[in-house]
Amino acid sequence: MAVLARLSLTDAEVERLSTELEAILDYVETLEEVDTTDVRPMSHVLPLATPLREDRAAAPLDPQAAVVNAPESAGSAFVVPRVIDGEEEG
Amino acid sequence: MEASSPLPSLRGVRDLLDSGEGTSVGIVNEALERADALDEALGAFTGMRAEGALEDAAAADARRAAGRTLSPLDGVPVAIKDNMVMEGEPTSCASRILEGFVSPYTSTVVERLRSRGAVIVGRTNLDEFAMGSSTEHSCFRPTSNPWDLDRAPGGSSGGSAVAVASRIVPAALGSDTGGSIRQPASHCGVVGMKPTYGRVSRWGLVAFASSLDQIGVFTRDAGDAALLLEAIAGHDPADSTSLREPVPRFSEELTGDISDLVIGLPREYFLDEGVDPGVLAAVRDGVSVLERAGAKVREVSLPHTRFAVATYYLIATAEASSNLARYDGVRYGRRAASATDLSQMYFLSRSEGFGEEVKRRIMLGTYVLSAGYYDAYYRKAQQVRALVLDDFQKAFDECDVIATPTCPETAFRLGEKTGDPLSMYLGDIYTVSANLAGIPGISVPCGMAGGLPAGLQLLGGPLQEATLLRAADVFQRLTSHHTAVPTAI
Repeated sequence: MAVLARLSLTDAEVERLSTELEAILDYVETLEEVDTTDVRPMSHVLPLATPLREDRAAAPLDPQAAVVNAPESAGSAFVVPRVIDGEEEG
Repeated sequence: MEASSPLPSLRGVRDLLDSGEGTSVGIVNEALERADALDEALGAFTGMRAEGALEDAAAADARRAAGRTLSPLDGVPVAIKDNMVMEGEPTSCASRILEGFVSPYTSTVVERLRSRGAVIVGRTNLDEFAMGSSTEHSCFRPTSNPWDLDRAPGGSSGGSAVAVASRIVPAALGSDTGGSIRQPASHCGVVGMKPTYGRVSRWGLVAFASSLDQIGVFTRDAGDAALLLEAIAGHDPADSTSLREPVPRFSEELTGDISDLVIGLPREYFLDEGVDPGVLAAVRDGVSVLERAGAKVREVSLPHTRFAVATYYLIATAEASSNLARYDGVRYGRRAASATDLSQMYFLSRSEGFGEEVKRRIMLGTYVLSAGYYDAYYRKAQQVRALVLDDFQKAFDECDVIATPTCPETAFRLGEKTGDPLSMYLGDIYTVSANLAGIPGISVPCGMAGGLPAGLQLLGGPLQEATLLRAADVFQRLTSHHTAVPTAI
C-alpha cells in the first residue's frame, strides 16, 4: 500500500500504522450495518455540470513564475533526475 | 505576560476608524504588537505580514481621509489560515513539504478581502494540510488554547480560532472539511461559521478533500461573521464548484426576530452517553434562550448520525490521498537531496516531507480506493453519505434550524489524543455530517463547562446562512458568553 502511495516507511512506522489502521478499519466496518440496497453512491452534494466559458484567451500564469518554486528548474522547465538512461538512447 | 491591548471586535474597529478615534495603521500596529507579546505562548501564527500589512493600513487611512472608504472592512486587520495563498507570500499548510513555497497567485477569498480594504496581518497555524482536530499536527509547533495553555484549541483551524479568541485580530478565515472551523471555535469560545458547500470560492485554498472543503469565518459575534461572510461569498468562475446564487447582505438580515423559526433537536445528538454533561447542560440552556426569544422547539431525527464519522473518514482520506499526489518534489516544495533517480525522488521527498497524521490518512485513503476494497469501503461510504443527506432533507421539512452541541466535550489536553487517532476522529461526531451534506453550520459560545467554553451548533438547509446568522445574533443579544475573555493570557 505504501508503494502505491509513494511513501517509504520505516519499520517502526509500518508497525504503528498497521495497528492504527486496523483499529480504524474495524471501526468503519460498522457501515456494514446500513442497508444501502438501491442507494445511489453520492460523490458530490451539488448536481454538477461541467461549466463552460466563452472561448476567449486569458493571460496564463507566467512560465517563469510557474517554475519559481521548483526545487530545480532550467528556463521555464522543471528539472528532474534522468528517467531514461543516456547510453540506451537511440 | 507582556502588556498589550486586546483588539475590539470587527464592528468595534470599524467604529473607531469611522469616528476618527483610531487609524488603521495604529490598529494594525496593535495587532502586530499583541501577536508579538502573546504568540510565543500561543503559537497561533505561522508567520506575520508586518511590512505589507502596515503599507496596506496606510493606504486604507489615505482612502478614508479622501472619503473613498471601500467597505466596512476597510482598514480592519484579518488573519488567514496558512492554507490560503496570497501572491508573494509563503503558504506552508504547516507542512515540511511546502518549505520555502511562495505563492505566484492569490486566492479568491484573499483577493475579495483586499479589494474591500481588509488588511491581511498574518497566517495562522493548522494541522498539517488541515488534517486534524487539535492543531497539534503542525510541522512548526502545536497551538495552545488561550483558556488553558496545556490544552489544544481544537483544529484544524486552531490558529485562527486562537487569534480571534485572544483578541489579536477581530476576524480570521479558516477552512472546514469535517468541523475544522466549528470545533476550534467551540473550544476557544468564539463564533465559527462554515457556509454551504460552494458558497465561498475554493480557488487558492490548498485542497484536502475537495467535495467537503469549504472556507468560512471566525469572529466574536454573528454580526461580525455576517459582514465578513458577505465580503467573501459569491460565484467565482475560477472554481467550478462555486454556486451561481445571489449572496444576501447577511448583515441586513439580522432582524432580531426569530419568532418564525422552528428549531429541531435531533434526538441522536442529545443522548446522555458520550457527551460531557456540562456541555449538554450549556447547550440545553442555549436552546431555551432561543425558545424564550420566540422560536418553537421540536424533536427531529437524523438516524444515520452514528455512521457519519466512519463515512467521513473514508471519503475524506480517499480524496486526500488523490489530492496529495501532487506533492512529488517536482514543481514546488521539498525535494529529497539524496535521491538519485525519479522514483526514489518521489518516495524520499514525500516520506521526509509529510508528517505522521498526513501519512496515516494517505495510507488509509489509498487502501480504501484500491481495487478489491473500493466497493466495500469507498462506494459504501458514498451510499451512506446519500442517506445522511436524506436525513437532513427530511428533518428540514419539519424545522428551519437544527440545534446541537458542536462537540461532545470541551478542549482536551495537548497530547491527550495524539497516540490514539481513532479517539481523535470520534470527537468530530457532531460536525462531520454538515460537510457530508454540504449544509451550513455555525458554532456560537453557549457557556462554560469545567472552566472551558462550550459551543452551540446551529445547522441550516442549503444556502440558509442568513437564517443561521439571524438566530445566532438573537442568541448573542440575549447572552454574554461571547464577551468572556480567555483566562490564560
